Amino acid sequence: MAEIKLMKGNEVIAEAAIRCGCDGYFGYPITPQSEIMETLMLREPWKETGMVVLQAESEIAAINMVYGAASCGKKAMTSSSSPGISLKQEGLTYLAGAELPCLVVDVVRGGPGLGTIQPAQSDYFQATKGGGHGDYHLLVLAPASVQEMNDFVALGFDLAFKYRNPVMILADGVIGQMMEKVQLSDYVPRWSDADIERLSGEWALNGKKSGRERHISTSLELDSYKQEVFNHKLQAKYRRMEEHDTRHEELYCDDADYIFVAYGSSARICQKSIQLCREQGIKVGLLRPITLYPFPRLPLQALAKRVKGFLTVEMSAGQMVEDVRLAVNGTVPVEHFGRYGGVIPTPDEIVDALKTQIIRA
Amino acid sequence: MTEEIIIAGFGGQGVLSMGKILAYSGIMQDQEVAWMPSYGPEMRGGTANVTVILSDERISSPVLTRYDTAIILNQQSMDKFEAAVKRGGTLVYDPNGIVRVPSRDDINIYRIEGTRLAAEAGNPKIFNMIVLGGFLKVKPIVLLENVEKGLAKSLPQRHHHLIPMNIEAIQTGMNHVEKA
Repeated sequence: MAEIKLMKGNEVIAEAAIRCGCDGYFGYPITPQSEIMETLMLREPWKETGMVVLQAESEIAAINMVYGAASCGKKAMTSSSSPGISLKQEGLTYLAGAELPCLVVDVVRGGPGLGTIQPAQSDYFQATKGGGHGDYHLLVLAPASVQEMNDFVALGFDLAFKYRNPVMILADGVIGQMMEKVQLSDYVPRWSDADIERLSGEWALNGKKSGRERHISTSLELDSYKQEVFNHKLQAKYRRMEEHDTRHEELYCDDADYIFVAYGSSARICQKSIQLCREQGIKVGLLRPITLYPFPRLPLQALAKRVKGFLTVEMSAGQMVEDVRLAVNGTVPVEHFGRYGGVIPTPDEIVDALKTQIIRA
Repeated sequence: MTEEIIIAGFGGQGVLSMGKILAYSGIMQDQEVAWMPSYGPEMRGGTANVTVILSDERISSPVLTRYDTAIILNQQSMDKFEAAVKRGGTLVYDPNGIVRVPSRDDINIYRIEGTRLAAEAGNPKIFNMIVLGGFLKVKPIVLLENVEKGLAKSLPQRHHHLIPMNIEAIQTGMNHVEKA
């Protein structure tokens, strides 16, 4: 039976990585996610499962170590916070271009620049629209609880290998720093060489066997027509992700006149706002995207047919609101409320915003 | 039942630990819990605070602006959080260093002289547990036996000999808390 613990979101990422059979973590410290590598170093998993934990000389070195490990079919991950994730963007587009699986955790803080160390959600565009250059996407998971920080590590690796694509867990300082009850996953052994051959033998750089062509891992193609064919393949992969692995949660939507759309810690705060609204007789529900890419477009379209308006709540100046507007396509009002730069919106502010921006507008 | 608590004071007073002990105690009685610290620059040598929520239901926001209870350990925190207690709520404070006492008449205010009692006992470190005891007397949201279980769960084995001292400090707080 799995254990119940009281842990910080960041600590849980580390524990979940060890337990899901991760082969290597490569990182560089930055607030508010330093507990991930601190926990790993304290746990010394190299003695237990053989997992490598390495503090690289920089974020750029760390993502390129992930690139190397991933090309060998290993379960590799890194983590950082906003400024560090910006540094990793070149590595991420190369990983996407070479169709390599990996897990990246971004515990977002306020920006731009070095910004603040407090929670924010202002890196939605960077996470969901590619982030680096070229037509690519990460599959992005947005945990809203410490339990989901646990669950999304194994899920993230599963999806990364299913699609041979980098997966990002997009958290924020609240989810990373808070402690909640968590049921840790059971241990899964790391893959053996035979497992890697069986699971990823078609592409992994795991030593050329006699009788098979050599594997080349690259994101370079000098023939533009071949590059276009490759891009068609990537786009087809993203359509498959949309069809099979778009995830969301709906709370109190059945009788709702209005809908909050929020992810991560904003979705938690909105649940308090919903209680306050319903005490005042205002029927509000919550649509919480769990995958930010692919985005839960269809459930939003379904809700748009029967509600009077949407308010997106983000710790940003308004980023996800663009995807909500694209989905709703002008049929009902979609407005944005946000606090940013490290400021967390309060439940009351959100209620006021719903009243002034949607109900009375 | 849901209890939303803010504990606020100086860094080093054991604010985060008090919150952790409450959260562990909640788990011991099968409740949902959330513990959200201030982790910003303010914790690097200034005020520290932690929000703790214990509930029989799924917890919504871990970030709050109004609280059922405020446990206040310095003047800055009193200035910041007295107004944040819900009407009919509870404010527990240690008068040490408080120059402007709380003045609201729509909340229940209690004093617990944790600093003085801990100094008299010759162990200033247990002051936070005395204050916690004062709070648990006026709002018995967790049973003392669950606090004890929570301490056993949260402390490493090598510190388990300190548990009786902590329980005693909680009892001291329970015996000395007074309505302000």
